[in-house]
Amino acid sequence: MTTLAYTLSDSRVMLRRNLKHQLRYPSMTVMLIGIPIVLLLLFVYVFGGQLGAGLGAHEGRSAYLNYVVPGLLLLTVASAIQGTSIMVAMDMTGGIIDRFRTMAIARASVLTGHVLGSLIQTLAAIAVLIAVAFGLGFRSAAGPLHWLAAIGILALFAFALIWLAVALGLAAKSVETASNTPMVLFLLVFLSSGFVATATMPTGLREFAEYQPFTPVSDTVRGLLTGAATGDHAIAAIAWSIGIAVAAYLWAIRLYNRRRAAEPK
Amino acid sequence: MTSVPAASGIVAQDMCKSFDDHLVLDKVSLAVAEGTILALLGPNGAGKTTMIRILSTLIPADSGSMRIAGHDVVTDPDGVRAVIGVTGQFSAVDNLLTGAENLRLMADLRHLGREAGRRRVAELLEQFDLTDAAGKLLSAYSGGMRRRLDLAMTLVGKPRVIFLDEPTTGLDPRSRRTMWQIIRELAAARVTVLLTTQYLDEADQLADRIAVLDQGRIVAEGTPAELKGRIPGGHVRLHFADPRLLHSASELLEAAAADEDQLVLQVPADGTVDSLRGLLDELHQARIPVERLSIHTPDLDDVFFAVTGCHVTAQLSADPAAEGVPLS
Repeated sequence: MTTLAYTLSDSRVMLRRNLKHQLRYPSMTVMLIGIPIVLLLLFVYVFGGQLGAGLGAHEGRSAYLNYVVPGLLLLTVASAIQGTSIMVAMDMTGGIIDRFRTMAIARASVLTGHVLGSLIQTLAAIAVLIAVAFGLGFRSAAGPLHWLAAIGILALFAFALIWLAVALGLAAKSVETASNTPMVLFLLVFLSSGFVATATMPTGLREFAEYQPFTPVSDTVRGLLTGAATGDHAIAAIAWSIGIAVAAYLWAIRLYNRRRAAEPK
Repeated sequence: MTSVPAASGIVAQDMCKSFDDHLVLDKVSLAVAEGTILALLGPNGAGKTTMIRILSTLIPADSGSMRIAGHDVVTDPDGVRAVIGVTGQFSAVDNLLTGAENLRLMADLRHLGREAGRRRVAELLEQFDLTDAAGKLLSAYSGGMRRRLDLAMTLVGKPRVIFLDEPTTGLDPRSRRTMWQIIRELAAARVTVLLTTQYLDEADQLADRIAVLDQGRIVAEGTPAELKGRIPGGHVRLHFADPRLLHSASELLEAAAADEDQLVLQVPADGTVDSLRGLLDELHQARIPVERLSIHTPDLDDVFFAVTGCHVTAQLSADPAAEGVPLS
């Protein structure tokens, strides 16, 4: 086999290992997928009437459901990558990573296994959330291509945040830290156009919301699903995703290689 | 030091390693001939684990040259990784997989192929008495089973050189003996083994050669018999009924050391029957009754305490009575 074939084979083995982990640790998988669904119900049935009235639509609650789905899709991504961070930290603080490091395997395969496994988990969580949203009465004017584009944008953004979560998991000294740090991303979803229009926010907050990555992604997905124009939002969303992915990837690789030189615990 | 052909075993020369300002390995050299077992004996913090981590490519040395089965650790780490197996101090198993899945993971990462991989996994499960537990998650495994699985995972790729960092720490006596048996079988199959241990009897039981590591330096090296021979620490302890008898006996036997509190006289002896008979005859003729006696033959404890207590190998024979300082 060539080096490339080995790399692919090792990454596939690691991916299979990570998917098995998700099945063997179902409480976490269910929680990560469940939290956005609970929040969806909360936002539609508890806050939805009032928030929907603010949209000026006739049927407030269902209008808000249509508005908030992109925000909850982003929340799903933020929730799922918390699992990535935890799983990476579990690997790094356990003994098995040292075993991998003393074997002649493609070095990055440990990380790519995590990334691909998390991406699959995130896409599954997104599918579940969309199904639940449809069950609640979510309606979209989008055609198959728009749907595909929306999922593509989400997947790209998720890919970037997963690398970030891998880096956070590598940087964390303990599994607890790794589980807490990605919570910041949760907050960023709320401080974006995911749940309310940024125009309704006070000046300072609005500026922050408009210039942080979750807003263009949320706007792009919303535009694609409602049939509105996405315009510059899509370009900003893609640019943010690629930027975060590259930076997080480089950070993660650096942490992964540096850990090698560290003193044994 | 044993000379080893370049293409086999482990050869390390002048290994140095510091963490921050703390010198952990100070010009350590050692060689392990192919198919033999070397036990690295030392207290906590002596540098044993650091040495294993360097030789198994986990961390770089500051200086020195290291070759494993002919592969240079610095310039050809992947070549080294392809021929070694490492079982670290902390169990390196995947807790969310079953025993068989753990082994299968190793087989896949060693690129054994589907059929060969399956055969090797079945073989190891059998060899390590894990067949019944193969399908169970590791949460159902005992400490001994985890350790066996750990070593089995190390052996999946049939490594030619194996590093074992305290392989029996935390095991019950029975599991420990099983582990010893497995290690002996490895050496019998021409696998080179470098193991670390804090247990002196373990080194004595397993090793062809022992290197005593203390504060980053090898303070003694040789076969178990050689090391024991360097410590004339054998003696007979004579217990007396009252201080008067102890006093008479200690006047009679000049080389002896008396312990007034315990009414014990410690007499240097080489442990042979003749010397013992001579000693008892002498006491008998002087009409000094001995209540009871115990014989203390030199063991690795004596080696260990003597060499780590005074740091310099050459002082060993000059100062046999050197008592060990407390080891952290």
